[in-house]
Amino acid sequence: MSEIAEDPILTLTDLSVYRGAAKILDRVNLALARGETLALVGESGAGKSTIATALMRLLNGARVEGRVELAGTGDLLALSERQMVKLRGRRLSMIFQDAGAALNPSYTVGRQLISALRRNLGLSRDAARAQAVELFTSVGINDAEARLTAYPHQLSGGMQQRVMVAIALACNPDLLLADEPTSALDVTIQAQIVRLILSQTRTRGASCIFVLHDLALASQSCDRIVVLYAGQVVEAGPAHAVLEHHRHPYTKQLKSCVLEIGRHDLTAPEGTVPSHDQMPAGCRFATRCPRALPRCAAEMPPLTPAGGGDGGPFDHLFACWNPE
Amino acid sequence: MTKPIASPLPEASGPRPPVFELVDVEKIFQVRPPGRRFTRETVGLRALDGVRLRVEAGTSLALVGESGSGKSTLLRVLLGLDAPSDGRAYYRGRPIREVRAEGPAFARDVAMVYQDARGSLDPRMTVGALIAEPLRHFDIVPEAEIAARVAHLLERVGLPADAARRYPSGLSGGQIRRVAIARALASDPSVLVADEAVSGLDVSTQAQLLTLLQRLQREMGLTLVFITHDLGVASFLCAEIAIMYLGRIVETGPTDAVLTAPAHPYSAALRAAAPRFFEPLPEPLPGEIPSPLDLPKGCRFSTRCPVAQADCRARDPHLGRLDSSRTVACLFPQTGAVTTVSALSQEEGAEASGA
Repeated sequence: MSEIAEDPILTLTDLSVYRGAAKILDRVNLALARGETLALVGESGAGKSTIATALMRLLNGARVEGRVELAGTGDLLALSERQMVKLRGRRLSMIFQDAGAALNPSYTVGRQLISALRRNLGLSRDAARAQAVELFTSVGINDAEARLTAYPHQLSGGMQQRVMVAIALACNPDLLLADEPTSALDVTIQAQIVRLILSQTRTRGASCIFVLHDLALASQSCDRIVVLYAGQVVEAGPAHAVLEHHRHPYTKQLKSCVLEIGRHDLTAPEGTVPSHDQMPAGCRFATRCPRALPRCAAEMPPLTPAGGGDGGPFDHLFACWNPE
Repeated sequence: MTKPIASPLPEASGPRPPVFELVDVEKIFQVRPPGRRFTRETVGLRALDGVRLRVEAGTSLALVGESGSGKSTLLRVLLGLDAPSDGRAYYRGRPIREVRAEGPAFARDVAMVYQDARGSLDPRMTVGALIAEPLRHFDIVPEAEIAARVAHLLERVGLPADAARRYPSGLSGGQIRRVAIARALASDPSVLVADEAVSGLDVSTQAQLLTLLQRLQREMGLTLVFITHDLGVASFLCAEIAIMYLGRIVETGPTDAVLTAPAHPYSAALRAAAPRFFEPLPEPLPGEIPSPLDLPKGCRFSTRCPVAQADCRARDPHLGRLDSSRTVACLFPQTGAVTTVSALSQEEGAEASGA
């Protein structure tokens, strides 16, 4: 961990996002090493997708504060839209949850991929076409030549997601953001796509941020896990440390809700996530927390290192006054 | 082949017929051939083929399968919304369509929770009015007691009493599902059929709903037919499981037994694909579910099966008995040996499946 920690490809510093008066993401700090896969986990409203979308600078109607440092480029939030357009697809790209909705229904998938290749890499029509066939083959699309002429609706959900992966990886980006890339797919296809994304990013040496809601899948596919609750990071660290030696009661609760096959005991947690206009002043989980102390409601706990680390962004960190 | 004993009343004495019994049910939809939009010609799409299933009173059955496996069509047959093209479908010993045509008693007894719970509720009605609707429709309680019954149902599904005055748009995804469950329970049914009732929810909300459904099933003695794609959900909630692939049931039995030692390679693949903490990602099944308009020869799973042999591409296995409680449709099952494969008589097959 320490070697790659020297070389972060991406560093978020105090990233906050406001929608109107509501602060939907609250001072998120995290770093991503070159070649690392990171999972953002948490429930809806936790801010997982907000982080990914903010990185792409695709959040509409929201105010973004803080710094997003991409190695070799500087602060993404300080760039003009013109400069950002040049980075999307080339340095960082995104795979969306619903590939069927993300692809343009009026153009063939081949045209969408070829236009990305021509615009970003300046390839000729023929060269782009040859590269598109190669890309389709590498993401496991059989009969790639013929599939180039298919419209998105003519493909199955799994095939559409493969096309998305091909488009996202077309220009060998350094960073791939995958927002719940498999939750709309059948389980056997899900396994295919997760393996595809991991193997493709690995062979290209790219880093990857997965937005996931399935902790078990995160443990199987990612090096590090960041647990979010109500717009804040509550625990972060190497996957094994976070899931096996979790210190935050919310991580424990999230893990206890994962239904592994053969489980017959399940204690449902109480309550729901507080709404943005009623955020408690202290720990946001305190209202549902079985270990809450009087202090928790009043004071917000800072992120603290769990082990002997110095509290660097790659250590196991948690934010709790009364940890497990 | 003896005909099942007709018993118009569920309370009839003697051995009670199963709640649902499907015998070699086939459902063929006439569709235009693919890629030819402007033709009058149609081809038969076999959505269900030789489905045998038995759902005993008081049990909980999970129907599991990927998109295109025929789960929803099977559900429509169980609810009497679609008549089978061939084969027989019984509700408590009598043909489902016949019982349904007789009057509201069937709809009152067999309640449904739809996949798109929000879409199934009129956005212009309050939650209270939505739950009162089936109470009035089926004439469950006198008008004066409706408000009290609505409050009772809200409490039963864990919603606060003031939810009755709210509109669906003001409720969260989990609360909406609770309203849909309350509405289904309003007619005091003995059978609850749910289509992906907990999918697309956060894990903690899902856990809340699953424990609610489990409690309701136990307290009310409901017969539960639960469509899901999540084997973890099936294993938590349902005693029995039926796994479908491309219009066929490929394996049935007690959920724990089937998931501990799946006999059909497809069940084994589904089991392996389910996420498990820190296990290496499994080798996924190759390819995708074939088109039902172009069914593979022999066993339908043979095109993706990791253990398929030459025989599998020539012979189409039917559900056969694996042991006293399990059936499987495979020539080379992963566990045990199938006593009879295709020689199984219809009656025996119907008995063997499910239950």
